[in-house]
Amino acid sequence: MTFSLLLFYLFALVLIGAALAVVSVRNSVHAALFLVLAFFTSAGIWLLLHAEFLAITLVLVYVGAVMVLFLFVVMMLDVKAQPVKHSGQQYLPVAIGVALLMLAEVIALVGVGELDDGGGIQDGAAIAGLSNIEWLGHALFSDYILPFEIAAVILTVAIIAAVALTLRHRPNVRTQSAPAQSAVSASERVRLVNLPSSTAKGQTP
Amino acid sequence: MNPLSMADLLPLVPEGFLLASLCILLLADLFIPQSERSTTHWLTVAVLAFTAILVWRADADTSLAGSAFSGMFLNDGVATICKLFILLTSALALIYARPYLIARKLFQGEFYTLTGFAVLGMLLLVSAGNMLTAYLGLELLALPLYALVALDRDNGRSAEAAIKYFVLGALASGMLLYGISMIYGASGALDFGSIRAAAVSNSPHPWLYGIGVAFVVIGIAFKFGAAPFHMWLPDVYQGAPTAVTLFIGSAPKIAAFGLAYRLLDGALDPWFRYWQAMLVVLVLLSLTIGNLVAIAQTNFKRMLAYSTISHVGFLLLGFIAHSAEGYAAALFYAISYAVTASAGFGLLMLLSRVGFEAEEIADFRGLNQRNPWYALMMMLVMASFAGVPLLVGFLAKFVVLKAALGVANAELLWLVIVAGVFAVIGAFYYLRVIKVMYFEAPAEAASGPLPLPQDLAFRWVLSGNVLALLGLGIFGGPLISWCVRAIAGG
Repeated sequence: MTFSLLLFYLFALVLIGAALAVVSVRNSVHAALFLVLAFFTSAGIWLLLHAEFLAITLVLVYVGAVMVLFLFVVMMLDVKAQPVKHSGQQYLPVAIGVALLMLAEVIALVGVGELDDGGGIQDGAAIAGLSNIEWLGHALFSDYILPFEIAAVILTVAIIAAVALTLRHRPNVRTQSAPAQSAVSASERVRLVNLPSSTAKGQTP
Repeated sequence: MNPLSMADLLPLVPEGFLLASLCILLLADLFIPQSERSTTHWLTVAVLAFTAILVWRADADTSLAGSAFSGMFLNDGVATICKLFILLTSALALIYARPYLIARKLFQGEFYTLTGFAVLGMLLLVSAGNMLTAYLGLELLALPLYALVALDRDNGRSAEAAIKYFVLGALASGMLLYGISMIYGASGALDFGSIRAAAVSNSPHPWLYGIGVAFVVIGIAFKFGAAPFHMWLPDVYQGAPTAVTLFIGSAPKIAAFGLAYRLLDGALDPWFRYWQAMLVVLVLLSLTIGNLVAIAQTNFKRMLAYSTISHVGFLLLGFIAHSAEGYAAALFYAISYAVTASAGFGLLMLLSRVGFEAEEIADFRGLNQRNPWYALMMMLVMASFAGVPLLVGFLAKFVVLKAALGVANAELLWLVIVAGVFAVIGAFYYLRVIKVMYFEAPAEAASGPLPLPQDLAFRWVLSGNVLALLGLGIFGGPLISWCVRAIAGG
């Protein structure tokens, strides 16, 4: 057993534990933190596969940005820890039994040892003799430019859909009007008023 | 790594035009006041029409045939015929939706933008030559649909339907991705041609392929709404605004055919024994559940949802045949179903008006006394769904059953018989609608003549659509031979 295989099993174990914890803990802040752990561990597995750039991106984007936003939302919403529900517990033994059975079937069918050669997948970066990120950049903007652009369109649609579903123009609501604020001129901002002096001319207070 | 060339970009001109026009429409719509919103409507319809012309031209120009972007985008006969009918049924959906949307204060630019992007997703999906483009096209189709279902924001039932659709759709995408990853792990390729070649040349992991095929079929069945993966369909059909139900029920069925054809025939053909056995189960369950549960429905939209499930069963029967004839029959079935469903939901929206949502079968009572013409139209649509001869629904069922019978040794004879029996059972609930329209008195509250929407385009196109069912049923030969040519050429 090589060191990297040992590391893989360690990461995989932590990842599965963290993923289970995400869906089973009752405190939503804890769940979000476990999700951070899950992302971080899968980044570790990607590092083992020599996908350095993807691993760093996963940490930067998901752990650094998405999950922090998520935590903000969870904390702002003030979600209370859910009380224990007993209704689902009675199915637990059956569910575990079925899951174990399916796992045994999958292992029996595939044969874990058969997969050790990694199928037909090759490390494109190693073949081209480039660094991981360099190869990824080339591939993304040449061979995979079409899927890349479709993904961009999907993100655009997500924004349009989100705005269409949440933006409401309510009358009689006191909000700031950004266009009116930026279109303001100096004369509208400040009104100079000539006040008659209360003291007599030439007199110093 | 291949640098881009014009040969890559030219086959994508229709999709590029659609994308650019949608972006312009999205911006232009901001400057159009609500009273002039019809401008957006007609512009979107015009964009779809012009895209159809471009698709036609891309097909006529033989130098553009084949694939682009190193096999990621296929421009063949199947793609062309699917795209043309997707654009046609989408345009029908937009035209039928206008009076309905105006009456419900949903007449917004976003409806048109989101619909347009869903159409773009469908066009990319049916042209996919790679697992990546197929999956991304599917997501580009699904994402706007989730939002469209929830467009009527103050309606609790729409929100519920949208959540269900979103969660189950995400689950289906997960299943599909899991299957794709298995196939990628076994073959080392995402390209359909390479997957096929890898499976033929050396297959050290037959079971890995088996699991991959199983999950891909589950993903396809979810998107089609085939039983037992049909749970989302009735709730979404009922909960969504009828204009959106019409769109979901028509064009995406053609796109789902495209997805199934590309994945099952294009990529996984060497493993057809696996998916054929799974499809037999799907067909049996879809025909049974779809037809039997539909009998118990009183809500018209739910009834059509269950009828969709049974029609999907028929459509998949063409795939089981695993022959060019079977694929062509399935393609013809998808097209004829989409055109018929457009007319059916269009008629449902004709009955709806401000403050009144026609969706119960009881709302059709005595329609013949209130408006004989539209009662006749509805009867034609129902008869086409039921598969009455002279209508397109009959022809579609006929070619599918004929293709399934053509399988060697007639080993699927029992399935064809089952399908025939369920077609007869299914005729019951369509005939019930006809009976309600012609032989029952209208309800007290609605006994006067039917108040028709002022939109003349809507009424004329709708009548034309229904008469097309009759025309296609009698003179459907050219369309069928077009389908056969497309499958044979691609």
